[in-house]
Amino acid sequence: MEDNRLYTLIIHSENISGILNQIASVFTRLQVNIESLNVSASSMKNVHKFTVTCNTSSRNMDKILKQINKKLDVINASCYTDDEIFQSEIAMFKISTDEFQNWDDTSRVLRGYNTHIVEITPEYLVVELAGSGDAINSLYQELDKIHCVRQFVRSGKVAVTASTLEQVSDLLSKRKARYTNNK
Amino acid sequence: MDTNKNEQIQGSEALIRALVREGVDTIFGYPGGAIMPVYDTLMDHADEINHILVRHEQGATHAAEGYARASGKTGVCLVTGGPGATNTLTGIADAMLDSTPVVVIAGQIATDMIGTDAFQEVDFTCVTQPVCKWSYQISTPDEISRVIARAFFVARTGRPGPVVLSITKDAQTGMTEYAPEKVTYIRSYDYDPEIDITRIREAAAAINSARRPFVLAGQGIELGGAQEEFREFVEKGCLPFGCTLLGLSVLPTSHPLNKGMLGMHGNLCNNVKTNECDVLIAVGMRFDDRVTGDVNTYARQARIIHLDIDPAEIGKNVRADIPILGNCRKSLAMLTERLVKTDRSEWCDSFRKYREEEYERVIRKELYPESGPLNMGEVVDAVSNATGHRAILVTDVGQNQMMAARYFKFTEKRSIITSGGMGTMGFAMPAGIGAAYARPDRTVCVFMGDGGLQMTLEELGTVMEHRIPLKMILLNNNYLGNVRQWQELFYDRRYSFTHLANPDFQILVSAYSIPSRRVAERKDLRDAVREMLETDGPFFLEACVAEEGNVLPMTPPGKSISDMLMEC
Repeated sequence: MEDNRLYTLIIHSENISGILNQIASVFTRLQVNIESLNVSASSMKNVHKFTVTCNTSSRNMDKILKQINKKLDVINASCYTDDEIFQSEIAMFKISTDEFQNWDDTSRVLRGYNTHIVEITPEYLVVELAGSGDAINSLYQELDKIHCVRQFVRSGKVAVTASTLEQVSDLLSKRKARYTNNK
Repeated sequence: MDTNKNEQIQGSEALIRALVREGVDTIFGYPGGAIMPVYDTLMDHADEINHILVRHEQGATHAAEGYARASGKTGVCLVTGGPGATNTLTGIADAMLDSTPVVVIAGQIATDMIGTDAFQEVDFTCVTQPVCKWSYQISTPDEISRVIARAFFVARTGRPGPVVLSITKDAQTGMTEYAPEKVTYIRSYDYDPEIDITRIREAAAAINSARRPFVLAGQGIELGGAQEEFREFVEKGCLPFGCTLLGLSVLPTSHPLNKGMLGMHGNLCNNVKTNECDVLIAVGMRFDDRVTGDVNTYARQARIIHLDIDPAEIGKNVRADIPILGNCRKSLAMLTERLVKTDRSEWCDSFRKYREEEYERVIRKELYPESGPLNMGEVVDAVSNATGHRAILVTDVGQNQMMAARYFKFTEKRSIITSGGMGTMGFAMPAGIGAAYARPDRTVCVFMGDGGLQMTLEELGTVMEHRIPLKMILLNNNYLGNVRQWQELFYDRRYSFTHLANPDFQILVSAYSIPSRRVAERKDLRDAVREMLETDGPFFLEACVAEEGNVLPMTPPGKSISDMLMEC
């Protein structure tokens, strides 16, 4: 589709089994591929936080958000553009120690990024980089050029909103007050 | 009987007590291995719960739907796991699309066997999640009370819908200390959204200044119990309205502002006026493609006010200039309060021209033909007239459904039960069974085609066993009529697999000891209908109708909704 772009969704749900499947099935229904997914406990008790990225049209994004929000155990789902969030990823590179020693370039490349070394053995070293997706892509490409990457893995994106409001806890307390007052 | 502190009871007993506590007095079901403990307990509660044994689990779900739609209560069905559970899937999806509150309880193999591909193991929670409002597996007896309370709360509140519970065999047989529970709040579930007063003011101002307002009445009005609020709203504003298929009985057909049905086979005036009005007010309806036709040409000239309780419906198919999220029972009352009593009789009268055109070109020919075989419409009209328009109409899907919707008339609320969103053939007979249990005080007329009847034919056994007083009308044209009509119009009359070689339905129903009559002649129709209605208990009336009858008018698929074919 013409207006496809990368969206970041932040979803809060109850911490129950099967909720990931319910959220994922909304993407399946619209045949939208999930680019990255991170699930973890949130700052609120029994609330799970999902950070999902996908490439799709604005029309599909609207449907996806509405359908996810409709799931009974989903507290809130919102979608953000890059200027509305702070985001980060983590990547790990397993590099052959031989190659590392034989190429002057390798250490120069590693120093050029804000990497840190997690482990060194006679066979390999493990290097970690936390940062933007672009920085990770760029480091991977540079290392790949000198054929020293033996393994590469990256996490899904995690993000916090730039807004000063803690939206979910606010939403929950307002909702509780409303339903309790009505009774 | 609820409490006896520290009393240990079996999970199956806890389940039945929790159901009774939710006001359940009727269950449609079918026993099997994984639900046997519950069925065993059910025998001891025959004084509290009437269990109707259907002949197929799909029938149980449609019966529960019919029960819910006619009564406004939550329908319940009880089945075993595996195939018993998967057989309910069509009914669950049907209830989801038509917002019908139903709780489906399915047995499941014992917890320690799950994941071993044991006999009749199906991951039913996973299978049903995309087509229901909430699906959950009960794995311990201790959670039964809370989960049942939650299930009924979820099914009936907000936009109603089906809830599916699987219950493992060990949860049914294990012991628990039962304590009744009530659920009135779930933090992740905003079932009664706060109504935005600024939107109400904006909408009231738009309606007050409108010269040509038109209202679309959907099933949400019935679901919200807002029939009276709706009446006050349209009467105060002198607002003509058209109804969706599921909204046909929100106000009597004869109400002067009721202009009939919307959509593909709806009334011409409504579809023309949708594209002429200056303000379009949609109440509890979701702009289904069968209502809108081509959305790119739909009501482009109008400001659209959309009242709905489901945020996912706002702006989904058609833009909403003024969205009003919330329960329409409240929002309609708030709107009415701000309406200025206005005389719009000239605008209301302008519908007449199109009603007359439709009458001359379609209705008169359908209802009052001078020769030839029976028409579907005239059979529907004869039945509706003979009931004084007071019956509950249940339809199957296809031409019988559209003809019944067009020509049956209503005087009471909650009087149309049909599969709108899913278009589930085979819906009618089991749904009629449910409706008959929900409203034993009312006549239930079930219209079916020869195709749909044969999809859930087995429920004749249920009708026979309980002598359920269904008035079944088969409109027999020996075709899958609606598909045939589309083949005639859009596939160059290539009737690919739509002709049916049918059994002798009279012999068939006689095997079930159900009185019946076949009518083929116009002169016999009225007498046959009278015989059907005067017969105690069930009756099967087979009307042999024109084989190639068409439902008109019709908006061809993909065309502008006001661009209706009046003949073909």
